[in-house]
Amino acid sequence: MMFKRNRFIGTGIIFLVVLFIAPLVLAQVGWHGGLSLFTRIVIYALAAVSLDLIIGYGGLVSFGHAMFFGTGGYVVAIIAFHTNTGQTLFGWEGSNSALILWPLALLVCAILGLITGYLALKTRGVQFIMITLAFAQMVYFVFVSLQYYGGDDGLMMDMRNTMPGINLRDPWTFYYLALGVLAIWVVFCRMVVNSRFGMVLQSLCQSEIRAVNLGINPVPFKLAAFVLSAVGTGLAGVLWANYAEFTTPDMVAWTKSGEFMAIVTVGGLGTLLGPIAGTVVFIGLEQILAMWTEHWMIVMGLALVLIALFGQRGILGRFLKGNPHD
Amino acid sequence: MNLFIEQSLNGLQYGAFLFLLASGLTLIFGIMGVINLTHGTFYMIGAYIGALVFGSTGSFFAAIVAAMVGAGLYGVLVESTVIRWLYDRDHLYQVLATFGLILFTNEATTIIVGRSPIFMNIPGFLHGSFMLLPNLAYPYMRLSLIITGLLVALFLWVLVNHTRFGMLIRAGADDRQMVDALGVNMRLLFLSVFGLGAMLCGLAGTMAAPLLAVEIGMGERILITTFVVIIIGGVGSVRGAFVGAMLVGMVDSMGRAYAPQILSAILPASVADTLAAGLVSASIYVLMALVLLIWPYGLFPARS
Repeated sequence: MMFKRNRFIGTGIIFLVVLFIAPLVLAQVGWHGGLSLFTRIVIYALAAVSLDLIIGYGGLVSFGHAMFFGTGGYVVAIIAFHTNTGQTLFGWEGSNSALILWPLALLVCAILGLITGYLALKTRGVQFIMITLAFAQMVYFVFVSLQYYGGDDGLMMDMRNTMPGINLRDPWTFYYLALGVLAIWVVFCRMVVNSRFGMVLQSLCQSEIRAVNLGINPVPFKLAAFVLSAVGTGLAGVLWANYAEFTTPDMVAWTKSGEFMAIVTVGGLGTLLGPIAGTVVFIGLEQILAMWTEHWMIVMGLALVLIALFGQRGILGRFLKGNPHD
Repeated sequence: MNLFIEQSLNGLQYGAFLFLLASGLTLIFGIMGVINLTHGTFYMIGAYIGALVFGSTGSFFAAIVAAMVGAGLYGVLVESTVIRWLYDRDHLYQVLATFGLILFTNEATTIIVGRSPIFMNIPGFLHGSFMLLPNLAYPYMRLSLIITGLLVALFLWVLVNHTRFGMLIRAGADDRQMVDALGVNMRLLFLSVFGLGAMLCGLAGTMAAPLLAVEIGMGERILITTFVVIIIGGVGSVRGAFVGAMLVGMVDSMGRAYAPQILSAILPASVADTLAAGLVSASIYVLMALVLLIWPYGLFPARS
């Protein structure tokens, strides 16, 4: 599990620069959809990096991470709904301030992650994959059945949240804020995986029996990683709700969880930066193919099959992690 | 009381239908260790072929045969081009590849038959209802699904427990390497199990087609429920798939019958209806989570 340190830093800086200037370049050449495309990429990448934290380092394959994406978004959208229609929520008149709402949404995601993670960790392997899926489906049907908040049709947000000194309604400002959040999150996750905590997590992934015999209780470590990952994915959901000004139960659909998994795998497991590359490829390909043909999914589907068959370790797996026997 | 009997039959019918899908999926998972998301796609293909063949020939028997052959052939094709190379890989890659296959097949189907749903008529000899009790009629079409499910369960029970092929399946689910080392042609065994699973999907697709709209996406809707069934039953176990299917079928149809009544007693009707629908849809996942928390490997795990 040797991590190529300089390659990581170098790649990270290149990614940051590319993501920083790409929308500017696209705007220069006159394609204004570029900013929107890259905002989506950065938000998805945030969720993918978070998922990589538990799949790539903890060996915890969650097939239900869309529940945190959706929950983060819905908390923000529901409070916005109450604030703007003047109906109090548990006696609270609501707020539009991101400094209050975003931490609140993340807290809800953390609690949800704590409960579902604690229960899911009682299983392992394919049962873990399926129990996380089950929890996500429960959340999905809760949102579908909340007719008051739009049910199937989703919930519109009248306006984005407000932040002192930063105008979130300006799409450029919003993009660079999201990019900044992504950069900080990647650095933070990297510190986490290289810390003692991260080492224990990786050792549990490699051989749980050995780690347990060295006196480690696996559950707190795995659970902490799961909650951390839930918070990161929830933050992506919060940003998505603000970007789209709209939340739907589709944010929690199992296909969304599948997309996140696909992105992480395409990019390279256990690399943190790989999922960002995976997001660019995945969403970029989707965009390009959709412009080219109405039947873009046929090509996208084949591409995923080929990546699974021949991609081996994803786009950045080998480059950032070296050979498995190093 | 009539409502209860009718809902029990509906639960039995839904359970029998789920069993047709789950039995193949659990064998594929149990013996090959592959998470096969395309299983719902085989079902969709079966439904399309069945509905189209029935529409042009008018023979329900021909529709079933064509659907089973068509879905089976597609299953064989998928196994030999994609799945075969993923047996020893991590589950993640299996999910990725079969997820890609779903997108591919859905879009290919759209190109071939178009986006609008197809409706299949109930075949002539299954029209009408069976008088179960003096004032309780039950449609023959649904009754035939129950019977089909039971016949397939019997067939699989004989196949798995009393034939050489079944013995190899059980041995493979227990210890794949050992069976391989004893000189059994695992490739052929895997291919046959996969083809068999796909054929059962084709059968389920044709049997269900008269009861619902045949459309793109019908496979994914049922796929996740099928996974719930096999996880509850314990992967690799046909008996588990049967029990799981019946449990899920019963919970779902009882919930649909009684949850709105119970909720409307405490909530206003407008809220109660949608809430009940959501709760019922979520109930099978609650059931699965509860089962897993008590029996982490399901009710009848094939591998101890």
